[in-house]
Amino acid sequence: MGDGGLSVVGQYLFAGLAIGGVYALVALGIVLIYRATNVVNFAQGEFSMLGAYAMVMLWQGAQLDYFTAMVLALVIMALFGLFFELTVYYPLRNRSFLPVIIATIGASIMMQNGALAIFGPSPEKLRAVIDTAGGTGGINLGGVFFDYQYLVILLVTVMLIGGQYLFFEYTLLGKKMQATSQDKDMASLLGIPVTIMIALTFIYSSLLGGLSGMLVAPIFFVTHKMGATLGLKAFAATICGGFGDPRGAILGGLLLGVVESLGAAYISVIYKDAFSFLVLIIFLLVRPQGMFGEKVSEKA
Amino acid sequence: MSAVSHAQAPSGKRFQPGYLALAIGAVVVAALPLLFTTRYSTNLLVLGAAMCIGTLGLVVVLGYAGQISLAQAAFYGIGAYAVALGTTRWEINWWLALLLGLLVAGAAGAILGMATLKLGGHYLAMVTICFQVIFTLIATNWIALTGGPDGISNIKRPPFFVPINTTQRYAWFALAALLLVGGLVWWLRNTVLGRSMRAIRENEIAAEALGVNTPRVKVIAFTISAVIGALGGAIYASGYLYISPDTFNFDHAVAFLAMVLVGGTESVLGAILGASLLTFLPEWLRELKRIYLVIYGCVIILVIVFMPEGLWGYAKLLGRRFARVMALPAAPRAIQVGGRGAPGEEILRVEKLTKRFGGLVAVDEVDLTVRRGEAHALIGPNGSGKTTCINLLSGLYVPTAGRIRFLGQEIGGQRPSRIAVSGMARSFQNLRLFRELSVWENVLVGAHRGGGHEAETRTRALAAIEFVGLSDKAHEICRNLPYGHQKLVELARAIAGEPELLLLDEPGAGLNQTEKQELVRLLKRLNEMGLTILIVEHDMSLVSSVASVATVLNFGKKIAEGTVDEVLRHSAVVEAYLGNREVALGV
Repeated sequence: MGDGGLSVVGQYLFAGLAIGGVYALVALGIVLIYRATNVVNFAQGEFSMLGAYAMVMLWQGAQLDYFTAMVLALVIMALFGLFFELTVYYPLRNRSFLPVIIATIGASIMMQNGALAIFGPSPEKLRAVIDTAGGTGGINLGGVFFDYQYLVILLVTVMLIGGQYLFFEYTLLGKKMQATSQDKDMASLLGIPVTIMIALTFIYSSLLGGLSGMLVAPIFFVTHKMGATLGLKAFAATICGGFGDPRGAILGGLLLGVVESLGAAYISVIYKDAFSFLVLIIFLLVRPQGMFGEKVSEKA
Repeated sequence: MSAVSHAQAPSGKRFQPGYLALAIGAVVVAALPLLFTTRYSTNLLVLGAAMCIGTLGLVVVLGYAGQISLAQAAFYGIGAYAVALGTTRWEINWWLALLLGLLVAGAAGAILGMATLKLGGHYLAMVTICFQVIFTLIATNWIALTGGPDGISNIKRPPFFVPINTTQRYAWFALAALLLVGGLVWWLRNTVLGRSMRAIRENEIAAEALGVNTPRVKVIAFTISAVIGALGGAIYASGYLYISPDTFNFDHAVAFLAMVLVGGTESVLGAILGASLLTFLPEWLRELKRIYLVIYGCVIILVIVFMPEGLWGYAKLLGRRFARVMALPAAPRAIQVGGRGAPGEEILRVEKLTKRFGGLVAVDEVDLTVRRGEAHALIGPNGSGKTTCINLLSGLYVPTAGRIRFLGQEIGGQRPSRIAVSGMARSFQNLRLFRELSVWENVLVGAHRGGGHEAETRTRALAAIEFVGLSDKAHEICRNLPYGHQKLVELARAIAGEPELLLLDEPGAGLNQTEKQELVRLLKRLNEMGLTILIVEHDMSLVSSVASVATVLNFGKKIAEGTVDEVLRHSAVVEAYLGNREVALGV
């Protein structure tokens, strides 16, 4: 354990929560699409990668102001979400889940390698949201160093979750989207434009993914591979949390972030990526419905 | 119009195109290594054969059993590492190393298969991805065992009757292995095991109720798939003489999946076509190397959208023009149902059977006795617990309390497949056919229950189809049949196992008058042949023309019992169906 005991643990815990926040944002995108369409989007992680590259392009390439670049990048992500829905999901909407899963896997291969072809294999670096000239900015509290970027990630996660809750519970559009996710046939009988609701879900999920990519980019490098890891971990988080439950996605994301951070610190750095999957396997064996989950069964 | 029915299901004496394919395959195997003359292209041929073998594993688990696996590259890797480590580090015989690899892969596959028992769909996809990722992590980081990212070189080739000392000879070896595996996978499709797998893919509950031990079959499917994958990997390792972990990562697992989908999941030739195409495609697209994988991803999406059955689906459509389907041969004997004991003895005895769903008591301390040779009706208004009773008897539900004795054995709470094997068959209220299988295959799966040789199974299936009068429709795919015929297929499937007791859950629902009359005639004949029948039905004229004895349920409780005429006059029964007269009239 070394010196500092508790404050060191606190440091790892904080870092884990911040990374977990990123997983949670990606996981939230997966869950929203799943609820709206009953389909798991295996390309959700690629949305993050694209978001990060959009920033690299606009901020570094086009030399735009950081926040202007961010807004433009989010617009691009929204359009991309719609494009993705129309090309990957819509043609397959009446088929079983397997073809759709595989189509999203195909899309993720395309996006990864498209990024590789365009941006090349060398990693890019994005600046932090709160830019401090030289060195990492942050505050020191009780021996734990709170990095600004990590704080921003946690803040954005909390704000998005709160905003999303208010949106779904208190606005008509939110209720329409909820109705669509619960029963498409009934919703369309009630005059809700189901197709548009689903398109909106994809757009929002793409925004979430893109945002998570921009936020995590200063911590990790921006590479064409970054989405694959993020996507798999976020998917693991949704299962731990309980499939189809937004609360589960958030808690699952945070849990995996913390487990990974502590596991890498105290057990093994090389196998860092394996810890999430280990947690997942334990969940699947002991409590497959996850923390908040729906029961997995079929009626006779 | 039915002389030329279009179907794929091979029946007893039909010409089987598979044998022709095997013969052509043998010629191709002999010729290919002679045509590929450069060392580079011969190597590519070996790679193609290895990939084809790995893909054939997915035909079993995904194509036949309908379980998604994104871990095929890991099994491929296990085989490759076994041969690599065996022949370099441990210096054991190639074949012994191969055997070791197949065993390890088989065990891992079985464990992964057990994960499928609780899970399905997305969860299963995720578990297999986990396994794949963990394999890659170990292969990359456990340097002491695997040599880490540098991989292993100087892998040996197998000792054989003829020394395999040139790449050309090894290509023959690899292609022969492919031919062998392809033949076996093709043969598996129409065995009891293969049909059980496909039945699970189509409708797991129905398969279980017909006596298919679904957990066992799923675990076997995963095991076979893993072993085949490992064999492919071993062939690859000895072909390239060098392996490294990045050949066995998640991307390659996706590639295997893409290959089987592009080719056609359920077909051996389709899988070989898909694997070959996607192995050679990068060579043809070499100028596009940078965006090759973009095109690859695009191809996957296009195939999924526009060719649901893969390339082979198109080939099959063409083939149907030329395929001549022979009618089923006449059944050598009639169906033999029931009657394996003295008429009148107790065959089913239910005591205080209770089922609660949360606070709701669906079946409340019901006693029921069914005697051999009886046609017993279980009637009652909607929601009285009839279907729940049938589900308890056939094992789909576990009773909360009470005892069920069938043929002298306690069966309450047992697996549906065990109950089915002990001699109880059932039909479902909402049809549960294997929709993508032919009538013939549906009924064959039902006939498995009787055991014995394939010939006997076929005899039973033929007799059952003949009994319901669907011989001329035998090669039709079930989902294309009209509803009335589908109902008959379910009946044929249920009696093909020659059961002692037949449970029918609303067999008349949705049928028109003519069809109902035909059904009554069939049920009466079955009953005369000695089959005991327990029937749930709302149509009282159907009940009174088929059944002699009736038990009436209301709100989960038994309220009357006796001959059908008695019961229908019973005041409590009239009240249950029509409501209380006094209350209704406001007296």
